[in-house]
Amino acid sequence: MAQLSSTLLYIAFILYLIGTFFFGGAIRDKRKERTGKNRWSQLGITTAIIGFLSQLGYFITRWIAAGHAPVSNLFEFTTFFGMMLVAAFIIIYFIYKISILGLFALPVALLVIAYASMFPREITPLIPALQSDWLQIHVTTAATGEAILAVSFVAGLIYLIRVVDQSKPSKRTFWLEVVMFCLITTLGFVLVSTSFGLADYEAKFTWIDKNKQQAEVVYDMPALVGPHEGKLTKESAGRFEPLVYMPAIINAKKLNTVIWSLIGGIVLYVLFRLVLRKRIAAALQPLVKNVNLDLTDEISYRAVAIGFPVFTLGALIFAMIWAQIAWTRFWGWDPKEVWALITWLFYAAFLHLRLSKGWHGEKSAWLAVIGFAIIMFNLVAVNLVIAGLHSYAGT
Amino acid sequence: MEHVKCECGHVNPHGTAFCESCGKPLEEHSETKKQLLDMRYEGSARRSQTYNKTIIDKIWAFFSSVKVGVTLIVITLIASAIGTIFPQEMYLPPNVSPAEYYADQYGWLGKLYYQLGFNNLYGSWWYMLLIASIGVSLVICSLDRVIPLYRALKQQGVTRHPNFLRRQRLFSVSQVADMDGVLKRVKENLAERRYHIREENGNILAEKGRFSRWGPYVNHIGLIIFLIGAMLRFVPGMYVDEVMWIREGETKEIPGTHGKYFLKSEKFIFETYQKGKDNEVFNAAIDRVGNGMVAKNYQTNVVLYKRIGPVIAGEEPKLKKIKEYKIRVNEPLKYDHYALYQVDFKQNEPYKMAFQLMDKTSGKTFGTVDINLHNPEASYNLGHGYRVELLSYFPDFYFDEDGNPATKSKIPNNPAFVFKMFAPDKPKGEVSFVAIQQTIEPFGNNKYKMAFAGLETRNVSGLTVRRDFTLWILGLGGAVFMIGLIQGMYWNHRRIWVQRINGEVWLAAHTNKNWFGLKNEIRRILDGTGLAMPVDQADREKNAGQGGQAHGAAQ
Repeated sequence: MAQLSSTLLYIAFILYLIGTFFFGGAIRDKRKERTGKNRWSQLGITTAIIGFLSQLGYFITRWIAAGHAPVSNLFEFTTFFGMMLVAAFIIIYFIYKISILGLFALPVALLVIAYASMFPREITPLIPALQSDWLQIHVTTAATGEAILAVSFVAGLIYLIRVVDQSKPSKRTFWLEVVMFCLITTLGFVLVSTSFGLADYEAKFTWIDKNKQQAEVVYDMPALVGPHEGKLTKESAGRFEPLVYMPAIINAKKLNTVIWSLIGGIVLYVLFRLVLRKRIAAALQPLVKNVNLDLTDEISYRAVAIGFPVFTLGALIFAMIWAQIAWTRFWGWDPKEVWALITWLFYAAFLHLRLSKGWHGEKSAWLAVIGFAIIMFNLVAVNLVIAGLHSYAGT
Repeated sequence: MEHVKCECGHVNPHGTAFCESCGKPLEEHSETKKQLLDMRYEGSARRSQTYNKTIIDKIWAFFSSVKVGVTLIVITLIASAIGTIFPQEMYLPPNVSPAEYYADQYGWLGKLYYQLGFNNLYGSWWYMLLIASIGVSLVICSLDRVIPLYRALKQQGVTRHPNFLRRQRLFSVSQVADMDGVLKRVKENLAERRYHIREENGNILAEKGRFSRWGPYVNHIGLIIFLIGAMLRFVPGMYVDEVMWIREGETKEIPGTHGKYFLKSEKFIFETYQKGKDNEVFNAAIDRVGNGMVAKNYQTNVVLYKRIGPVIAGEEPKLKKIKEYKIRVNEPLKYDHYALYQVDFKQNEPYKMAFQLMDKTSGKTFGTVDINLHNPEASYNLGHGYRVELLSYFPDFYFDEDGNPATKSKIPNNPAFVFKMFAPDKPKGEVSFVAIQQTIEPFGNNKYKMAFAGLETRNVSGLTVRRDFTLWILGLGGAVFMIGLIQGMYWNHRRIWVQRINGEVWLAAHTNKNWFGLKNEIRRILDGTGLAMPVDQADREKNAGQGGQAHGAAQ
């Protein structure tokens, strides 16, 4: 069952990839302007739906195999987030029928799932705090809310690629490139992790932790930065020697991964720039030249209008109910809780600015991008760096 | 109060932008005459926009501003984020000095963090002030808008002034031959799409989803209820939050219940996931951290008792058994608004220690002494003239700065004893200091010794006792907030005006949001009626380079 589950996820991944190309074809197809849809986009959406069903199959089979909802660790949560992103895209596609959304939403979902797969994929048993029906209620609702909000980012990104003037460098082109660079760096992380994973790289260090105790750590990437007073163990002799050693309070292994991901990202980015001979966003601009800006703007806003209540319900209200049951208090200023509050406050500000201050179009699109950045921060940085009570999600 | 009378005869409050009834713009500057009407709040007279003389007017205007509200939200957001850079004081390990901890762990940044008071950010006066300001802003913002908006929507007339129609975002003029027939078709189509239709002199006002306009105010009320609930936690007696450590076999008063309830712990159970015993699919994950390293269950089997009769000092309480329960994480014991949670535990705390009085040379023993480590006796008589006195007892033994034995706490983590052993041949007794794996004979060589003969341990459960009378208020606030949010977000307020003007059919439409949906709906309504599909005048304005104005506002 567990094996079948993994296979289904793999199939879904491939299908999303194929779907992306179909949507790419749909954009190039000139007939689209007249009819609004064409054979390419039909193929694209069909592939996306089959992919989604396959991933749903992954979810269900894994649930059966594990005996609990597969949303209990970082891998499971993030893949579920990717799945709901595809689901949200499919729904929005049927409301608005625009193919360009698929060309951007599916790659983002692919990145999310690929990123998830870099973390331990085993089925983990539930610790006592997680043994509750609120696990599936809270986590799935919160992830669904975030996924719908992510569609707003996708639409906002399309809007920005279309409107930002690429003829001369400016603050707007710079920040748009930063967004592109972040997406590429995620790809960099996936590629670097996969490469060293395939090569079975392993280097074991002994080091002195902040409590002055000797500890061991296993690197799965060559150590550019070593742990505090780190020494390669005998079995790892001959492995790459770190260039510098970190003080004890810094988690050198994670920092090392970040550095490798950045290197991967920079190499990829520079390569793209050399091949394209222009900014990434500028190279993408022709793809979106036929986009109806008002409609894209409305999709971006609509996604927030739909996603915000779902997010509130899942990430705050259900979260509080469960926290009261499991942790004795509904609110405890745990970093993950605070970041859910921050996300909520941000989108509340977004809605007020849009509805009462008339922030439409580009301003609204930038806000959608920032909102997604906050969600990703909560998913990535808070789990891996700040940790806190939710830290089991990261191991 | 001044009033403004419109040419249609309707009397509007001072400050109204366009007539509540017919929509004729009241106060106009010539340069704005051609632009689209700002439909936000129906052009109603808001206190904050109308009066600005007294201090109260100014405070009112300040807090009713969305700009101020958003600024408060953003400041709170940034402050909240700062609070997650380093752990808050409540998450520090116990028994550390925060001043040293932050500097120790995080260097000068940590020191600065502590000096700025960010170690307790969410409880700081200024963070509370921020939340309170948001609360005030919620109340004032809502009142400032909802009353005039309610009035304007209630007073709205069917027949509108041509200037009102012409300046709507969606507008068209059609010439049709059979006007009555066309309007009848339109009316049928509108009714089919569940529009509420009002008619006056052959003019139509079709409206739906007006209740969604109240969504924002409903959700703000929900937030205010929630904030009031949160504030009530500062009222004494509204909630109880106590810690209770209870040992297996012990019966103890539950703190925070004023002697009303007692709890007995039957057993504490700690289980881990085991390879081979649990689901095979977990094997890989168990291997990663080690067999028996992943917690599976924390459980305390308890019996809840209630005291019968009044509390009398110094008297053993009479107890009545109420129920047996297995307290587990996620499954607290609930009774009479109290909840008992499994939060912590300590395994194998020493409970009883046994020693044998032994002749050191012959190895002969003369009886066993069982010492209850929580309640030791002063003297143990072994018969036949053998007796052991307990001169001193150190439950949590260590040597203090002067090198004298002392105890860190009353908990028997590391018990040590000073015994005086009496035997028929040693009537004055021999003194022996006994600690774990250590014996000292302060007055020279003894004949007898206290030989360790066994240790009995038991588990201790850490429980949290809660009672919270604010929960239902918070729950109510949350529910009202969600209702308001859904009401405002998932429905739209749409209006379509169809009027006969100078032998033409004028059609205008407005929605508070989702214009794409409204346009699609109008397309279906007008299908086959011969009326022209309205033009989106916002597009025209934008193309003419006048853009920037916002018209599709809600609330």
